[in-house]
Amino acid sequence: MGRYILRRFLQLIPVFFGTTFIIYTLVWAIPTDPFAGKCGQRPCPASYIEVMRAKFNLGDPLIVQYFKYLGRLLTGDFGETFAGLSVGKLISTAYPVTVRLALIAVLIEAVIGIGAGVLTGLRNKGFLDNLVLVSTLFLISLPVFVTGFVLQIVLGVQWHLISPTVSRAATFGELIVPGFVLGSLSMAYVARLTRTSIAENRHADFVRTAIAKGQPTKRVVGIHLLRNSVIPVLTLLGTDLGALMGGAIVTEGVFNINGIGGQIFRGIQDKEGVLVTGIVTLLVLVYLLASLLVDLLYAVLDPRIRYD
Amino acid sequence: MSESVYDGATGTFVSPQAREAAEAEPLLEIADLRVEFRTRDGVANVLNGVSYRVSVGETLAVLGESGSGKSVTAQAVMGILDTPPAFVTGGEVRFHGENLLAADADRRMAVRGDGIAMIFQDALSALNPVFTVGFQIEEQLRVRRGMTRADARKRAVELLDLVRIPGAARRIREYPHQFSGGMRQRAMIAMSLALDPEVLIADEPTTALDVTVQAQIMDLLAEIQRERDMGLILITHDLGVVADVADRIAVMYAGRIVEEADVYSLFRSPGHPYTAALLESLPRLDLKGQELRTIKGLPPSLTDIPPGCPFHPRCAMAADVCATTVPEFRHLGDGRASACHFAGEMQSRG
Amino acid sequence: MTEPSELQLSEAPPGGLTRQGSLWGDAWRELRRKPRFVISAAIILVVLLMAVVPSLFTSVDPNFADLDHSRALPSGDAWFGYDLQGRNLFARTVYGTRASLIVGVTSALLTVLIGSVIGIVAGYYGKWLDSLLSRFGDIFAGMPFVLGAIVILTTLNAPTSNPSQTRIIVQVVLSIAVLSWPVAMRIMRSATLVAKQLDYVKAARGLGASPFRIIFRHLLPNTLAPVMVYATIAVGAFIGAEATLAFLGIGLRPPVVSWGVMISDSSNYVRTVPHMLLFPAAFVTITVLAFVMLGDAVRDALDPKSR
Repeated sequence: MGRYILRRFLQLIPVFFGTTFIIYTLVWAIPTDPFAGKCGQRPCPASYIEVMRAKFNLGDPLIVQYFKYLGRLLTGDFGETFAGLSVGKLISTAYPVTVRLALIAVLIEAVIGIGAGVLTGLRNKGFLDNLVLVSTLFLISLPVFVTGFVLQIVLGVQWHLISPTVSRAATFGELIVPGFVLGSLSMAYVARLTRTSIAENRHADFVRTAIAKGQPTKRVVGIHLLRNSVIPVLTLLGTDLGALMGGAIVTEGVFNINGIGGQIFRGIQDKEGVLVTGIVTLLVLVYLLASLLVDLLYAVLDPRIRYD
Repeated sequence: MSESVYDGATGTFVSPQAREAAEAEPLLEIADLRVEFRTRDGVANVLNGVSYRVSVGETLAVLGESGSGKSVTAQAVMGILDTPPAFVTGGEVRFHGENLLAADADRRMAVRGDGIAMIFQDALSALNPVFTVGFQIEEQLRVRRGMTRADARKRAVELLDLVRIPGAARRIREYPHQFSGGMRQRAMIAMSLALDPEVLIADEPTTALDVTVQAQIMDLLAEIQRERDMGLILITHDLGVVADVADRIAVMYAGRIVEEADVYSLFRSPGHPYTAALLESLPRLDLKGQELRTIKGLPPSLTDIPPGCPFHPRCAMAADVCATTVPEFRHLGDGRASACHFAGEMQSRG
Repeated sequence: MTEPSELQLSEAPPGGLTRQGSLWGDAWRELRRKPRFVISAAIILVVLLMAVVPSLFTSVDPNFADLDHSRALPSGDAWFGYDLQGRNLFARTVYGTRASLIVGVTSALLTVLIGSVIGIVAGYYGKWLDSLLSRFGDIFAGMPFVLGAIVILTTLNAPTSNPSQTRIIVQVVLSIAVLSWPVAMRIMRSATLVAKQLDYVKAARGLGASPFRIIFRHLLPNTLAPVMVYATIAVGAFIGAEATLAFLGIGLRPPVVSWGVMISDSSNYVRTVPHMLLFPAAFVTITVLAFVMLGDAVRDALDPKSR
């Protein structure tokens, strides 16, 4: 098990460097002037540009810049924006909101998705099965912002059940509907994967053995069938946690949530490279750690992997 | 058809009273069992009136090619057929005289494992890959017997010892994939014995194993059967595997029992041309150097079983009557029975 | 009957329950009977027709603006109503089909092409090349889609710049493909790993057939099915992606008419003029639904287990 986890961990390292380097290159190396428009209508004074170039190591070759940046990141220093604001501080105000949103989304995905999948996977073709199949297809086809706008207008503007926009505090209660919107697509995938997984394992030999042993139906389903069937579903959920944080931008836009989506946009608009690279690096890190966690979980749940 | 079932001596009871009692109430009796598979390509008549019985301390081998319905019969007895596509359309499965097919779900569950237990061909897929072998045995004892974890663990180690798995106390914490094929099948047998069943059904228990291991497992099963005086049903397509351990053999073809006899009579003078053909296809030391005989043709499609005797298109003895009339399953005396119009002639010839 | 050389009967399957015919032939017979397939194929045909000859469906110029009609609700004259500038929304939706479909189809083709080539090479050669290519794929898979697209598209086009229409379409297609190919690669790679183990492929390798021949003659026919299913679903997904990118203001832009552009136009007026969002969004949803359903139906038909 230790070796398996170590191997997966070592595989993540080049991926981390690769992804962050590409982003760094895209943000810093594309030959547009980062100082255009920074000083009002006039071009920036040469002295200012010089100070800034030194501050952001723009004189070094790209690869050196990148590693200098990463080195500082390792000590927890995210750097400063051109205006001298601490990027670390900016991120720390926005990040918890997005993390909360993504957690709610994953929770909703897991509860509703697995629930619907188990329910339909255990039955043969029928009304409920068709209902879930059609509604998941529909959810998969709806762009996230459409789901968002529709719920916002119907629940927020017409029925006044929720506030159409989320306050700065972004409490758990306020984030439930946005979380549902964010998780809706993956929820549909979770439901379908669970359904297929259950339906396949339902006729597996080991399930038949459990029945032939005289185990009660509840135990056959709850212990033998479910344990084997949720393994691929958990993989999907784990990888999704990382992906959702990056995908939260659209949902945050619709509901006016002060998460990292808005900051990324502002960062790109204002050419705040330090801010953009900081946020993206953090997101990539979360994504990779989540997939490592999934591997760990996989090894715990499936002994065949643990001992290979 | 249920009346025509062979009801001969079991060979294990000494006193006439006990023999009488056993005959009055066999441990497990299947009568005129009918199962069909409803598929999109039509209805396949998989079992067409199967009848056999097992008494206390008796080993019955059910012999047949794949598709003859031998495993489906066992699954119907256990109540683990996949419905759909499989549907029981008639017959009875009587355990201690109680028709299990008419029993409710709770009663059926109670009989499984406790009254009748089953072991499967491929222990690797039949054991749950994500639980330890110990868990899967202890589960029986804890859930069905209400034992504590510690007691169940102790008993499970005893069971693994019983099936001669070396280092049982250590291996009980391992997972099925860490066991070798033979050890896995032993663990499966230990699991099936956890609730001390009266009848054990072994569905091709050695097919997936190496030849050397096959004999060991078969010996183990025979020994356990003797010690516990269990009824044992051995399902197989391999006559050689069961010849040594079976008391009686029931031969299946196209969802019917075509012949039933004790092992010695069956080998000496088969009462059905199909059985005879099977025996002729066995390699024999005394006929070394000669070409093996084979049975020509293929088993019939179960969606389209030929009228009359289902074996007649492949039968060397077939006459006009065979194509029109289904032969009755008749007693031949001496505890034997056959479903062949010419069973009498075969006997006198043999 | 085969010769039973041991003490056993043949374990050949009984006749009658087996079916004959090729995988694709069977799949096609299966598909024609499925309402899911028939409905989705019909929708896709209509959408294709709209993309090729939009004038069949409407005679109104999609860019003709009449401020008198601004924000007018759907009516007999204009089924979908008018937008802020008084342009006929039905005409715009019909004419928007072409750009949306072009983005969806070309990005799916490009994604599958890149992914399949890399996937089949990784799967066939294995060893270090496989590890290298798989990690390379992980790099792109590790980038969240929307985030990656934002970074790529804004770097390539400064927010204030005014790039040409074709340039933007090409950029959107490229960014979608660059961020999505690892999925196609993984599908192709695992299908290749399975196909490589087939006895006749092993035999061909043993006989010294060239890698090129093995890949094209033996591997591709066996690995095509899952990739084709993915491609079909991807067309739908990428039409949705075009809409999302446009909604964020970094995808196609006017004067191009696409469903995404219309949705982007509406995003600031959703609460006051909801029909501006409703109709293009409905077209996106239905088209995506059709492609996803088609892919689903084809996958089920190709999978003998599901029959």
